Amino acid sequence: MRVVDDITAILTGLWTTLKHILRRPVTVQYPEEKRTPSPRYRARIILTRDPDGGERCVACYLCSAACPVDCISMQAEEVEGGRRRAAWFRINFSRCIFCGLCAEACPTTAIQMTPDYEICKRDVMDLVFEKEDLLVAHGGKDARYNFYRHAGIGVTQPRGEGAEERPPVDVRGLLP
Amino acid sequence: MMPDPVEIAFVIAKIGMVLFVILTLAAYLVYAERRLLAWIQDRKGPNRVGPQGLLQPLADLVKLLTKEDVCPPAGDRWLFFLAPAMAAIPAIMTFAIVPFGAPLRLAGRDLPLQVADLNVGLLLFMALSSIAVYGVALGGWASNSKYALLGSLRGLAQLISYELSMGLSLVPAVMLARSFRLSDIVAAQAGCWFILYQPLAFVVFLVSILAECKRIPFDLPEAEGELVAGFHTEYSGMRFGLFFVGEYINIIVLGGLAATFFLGGWHGPVLPGILWFWGKALAFAFLFIWIRGTLPRLRYDQLMHFGWKVLTPLALVNILATAWWLFLTGGA
Ligand code: SF4
Ligand code: SF4
Repeated sequence: MRVVDDITAILTGLWTTLKHILRRPVTVQYPEEKRTPSPRYRARIILTRDPDGGERCVACYLCSAACPVDCISMQAEEVEGGRRRAAWFRINFSRCIFCGLCAEACPTTAIQMTPDYEICKRDVMDLVFEKEDLLVAHGGKDARYNFYRHAGIGVTQPRGEGAEERPPVDVRGLLP
Repeated sequence: MMPDPVEIAFVIAKIGMVLFVILTLAAYLVYAERRLLAWIQDRKGPNRVGPQGLLQPLADLVKLLTKEDVCPPAGDRWLFFLAPAMAAIPAIMTFAIVPFGAPLRLAGRDLPLQVADLNVGLLLFMALSSIAVYGVALGGWASNSKYALLGSLRGLAQLISYELSMGLSLVPAVMLARSFRLSDIVAAQAGCWFILYQPLAFVVFLVSILAECKRIPFDLPEAEGELVAGFHTEYSGMRFGLFFVGEYINIIVLGGLAATFFLGGWHGPVLPGILWFWGKALAFAFLFIWIRGTLPRLRYDQLMHFGWKVLTPLALVNILATAWWLFLTGGA
């Protein structure tokens, strides 16, 4: 009978909602209770250093190019010894959408995402982070990687002395 | 005949008390509804203002009072400003006829806990419930906005589909109590509540009052999914608050009336009558909130279909059956 079915359906619904009244709410009471996000959570961005304490960022502009909202800007410079770095580096967190594309694009793992999601400021200008605010004293998710050990030939060590690098071949010696 | 000054003072005291209790209850019903709906949806609901959010109604009141009172420029100003009162006042007035406790014996006289014990109490309730819809209809009309107008049209369509069945479902109660006076109806249920004789009439009445207080599943005049906020789309500040509070007063009053007509009013074992009455009225309020958290909204043709083709015939058949039964058992 349709009427019986309908009434059963209504009563089943009422029973379901009654059970939910007694269930524990799933709400997280934010300022008092804080959830720890997973380490891979994408929030505040940092600029990391290599194991020797040098800045990893080589100011290649790849992050800036990858950023869909164009919130990274910088200027490159070269210091003595041939290493490149950013003269200034700026991320506007009021525009950042925390997509993580910059971290994915970076060849030196300099720019990384952290799980620190509490970036709120009263003044929107305080959300513009400069290089001093972004630079940290550790290596982030990969403490051991040092870009200049693998690339940047002849900049920080003579040719052939980098990790996984063989001594240069004397091409003339290959002649028949 | 000179009215007794003590009696007048007592009536005024009763009116003051009833107004205070009703308005406070209505404010806290809003809070209770928000909390209950939140629990139904596995949330916590308002719990910030005061302990467990108990001061939330005060915060809401301050917010409503300090908001700008906007009238749409093309609207009908007078009607627009009057309509919220027209919706809220009948709801409060209806409570005048509800007996909310056993008569008190004070200083040798019987003092009924009821503001006005009219001999046509039930008819007054029917009349006031039809007047209340003027607030909805005129508020929507005076706003001069298509959503508000659609909402008030639906309010009227809804009125004609539930009023009849609501009236008819009360006829058996009158037949059993042989009076339109609410105190007589309550007295007739001292032994056995009418819901045992009249379960069908009770169900029809329950569905009709759900429609009367414009609650889900019959909240067609508001229907926030389709009509923004229905008839009170254009209202702001305390005028909106009046519509809103009127609706919750309506819930309490109709819950109280349902208790009066079918659940024996203030009759009940052990506890004092006044507690039984409020307990029953608030149980209806809980039921309304619970239903709101469960059921979806009907289309208005479905409501009209339901009212005219199901509820009204059911109520009529019920009246006939009651009449036959009273006739056969020699009650008539
Ligand atoms: S996370 Fe996305 S939006 Fe933010 S700086 Fe990186 S690329 Fe730009
Ligand atoms: S952070 Fe990485 S991608 Fe961006 S400029 Fe520096 S090295 Fe290049």
